[in-house]
Amino acid sequence: MSEDKKILEVKDLSVSFDDFNVFHDVNFEVGRGEVVAIVGPNGSGKSVLFRALLRLLNYQGTIHWAKHTKIGYVPQKLFVDNQFPVSVGDFFSFKTKSKEVVIEALNSVGFAGDFNQLKKHLLHKKLGALSGGQLQRILIAWSILNKPDILLFDEPTSGIDVGGEETIYNLLHKLQTHSNLSIILISHDLNIVYKYADKVLCLNKEMVCYGAPHEVLDPQSLSQLYGGETKFYQHQHGE
Amino acid sequence: MENSVLTYSLIVGAFVGLASGYLGSLMVLRRMALVGDALSHVALPGLALGLLWNFPPFFGAFGALLIAIVLIWLIENRTKLSTETLVGIFFTLSLSIGLLITPEPELLEALFGDIAKTTPLETFLAVVFSLIAIITVSKIYNRLVLGTISNDLASSIGIRTKKIDFIFLLIVALIVALGIKIVGSLLMGALVIIPAAAAKNLSRNLSTYSGFSALFGLLSAAGGVYLASHLGFSPGPIVVLTSSAVFFISLIFKRA
Repeated sequence: MSEDKKILEVKDLSVSFDDFNVFHDVNFEVGRGEVVAIVGPNGSGKSVLFRALLRLLNYQGTIHWAKHTKIGYVPQKLFVDNQFPVSVGDFFSFKTKSKEVVIEALNSVGFAGDFNQLKKHLLHKKLGALSGGQLQRILIAWSILNKPDILLFDEPTSGIDVGGEETIYNLLHKLQTHSNLSIILISHDLNIVYKYADKVLCLNKEMVCYGAPHEVLDPQSLSQLYGGETKFYQHQHGE
Repeated sequence: MENSVLTYSLIVGAFVGLASGYLGSLMVLRRMALVGDALSHVALPGLALGLLWNFPPFFGAFGALLIAIVLIWLIENRTKLSTETLVGIFFTLSLSIGLLITPEPELLEALFGDIAKTTPLETFLAVVFSLIAIITVSKIYNRLVLGTISNDLASSIGIRTKKIDFIFLLIVALIVALGIKIVGSLLMGALVIIPAAAAKNLSRNLSTYSGFSALFGLLSAAGGVYLASHLGFSPGPIVVLTSSAVFFISLIFKRA
């Protein structure tokens, strides 16, 4: 990949807490407009990898972002319950004071309407009273407020029904093609990976596989990743 | 209580109550309500030293709190012990030391507060420090709330969460040291927890919540001081009873 098309390059990345090795020697790169999926079992270090990319913890190796890269981050969850007195409008005001910017972001994640309609039906609601799917879309809208070049999307493990998830990925796909956004997504669903990702990185303490999903997600790497016999994989090549 | 002294103590009550309610709104959101309670006990040895060596107990209390906060912060960053455990240890340790060294005649005052002896200088200090606390916290309020909702999300947009957490703890120490004058170290927790708990019952958004919390703090502290002077009781327990009344009324109007 030529340098100007590359938005992120990660070399020999290792993270450990005290004596505990979370993962080691991870190498990958992300091009502009590319979707890279990270898969692996629970506790394999996927979310830690995100935190390293955001420079929220100490790591060994190099993480090189292209100059002036703006990163949007969508966390797995927020620590709010339905008594938490923070409205959706408050949440947006932490990042921008511009109504127009908020409306544009909300419209682009599928909340239709002008300011008054959105204020009445959405911005007044408590953050903790939203459904899982609504919260996901709010978090995505929040992360794209400042028009990032790349989105780090940490998929929630539960709480969103299948129909809801479909919409989120259609939405991400739309955003990505519309504004040439790069996306790194942590996913638990290989269907999603096959459908949307240009590249996949399999992580389980180390990099088990890396490349185009149909090429690298073979039975061997899946069993190395999830252990035992994994029934789920797609046969498509040369058969 | 003489009229001028009542005026001073009402002013102190109003300002410290306002600041405690406002800060308390954050402490409740951050689930550190009981940290405030425990910290107020940590102030006791400092308070006692002030009484023993004849310097304003406020400075002793604030000094003790500063030492405790810095120690907790350092130990927390160097060991794996939780803040809860650390505060628990410091709390009982300093309460014991405080009980041992506080001169017996002043022990009640230290434990339950005494606003009846407020001097003009103390009033002035309380007003200035309360305003400093309110202004400082208002500048970092949104960042603290975002850090509570998701520390990673806050850090990802460049908020230095550790730094603002520390500033917030310092301001908490300041307000606890001031509040002890009114309600004493045993009841200080109530001054920060109850107004916020009442406000939470009535609020759907942040500005109503923080506004109500500050207002309830002001009303219960000033109202409690006023009632106590008329009924001839010690102000500390009456302030707590007043704010509890506000809380129970708020339950009636609680929004789903």
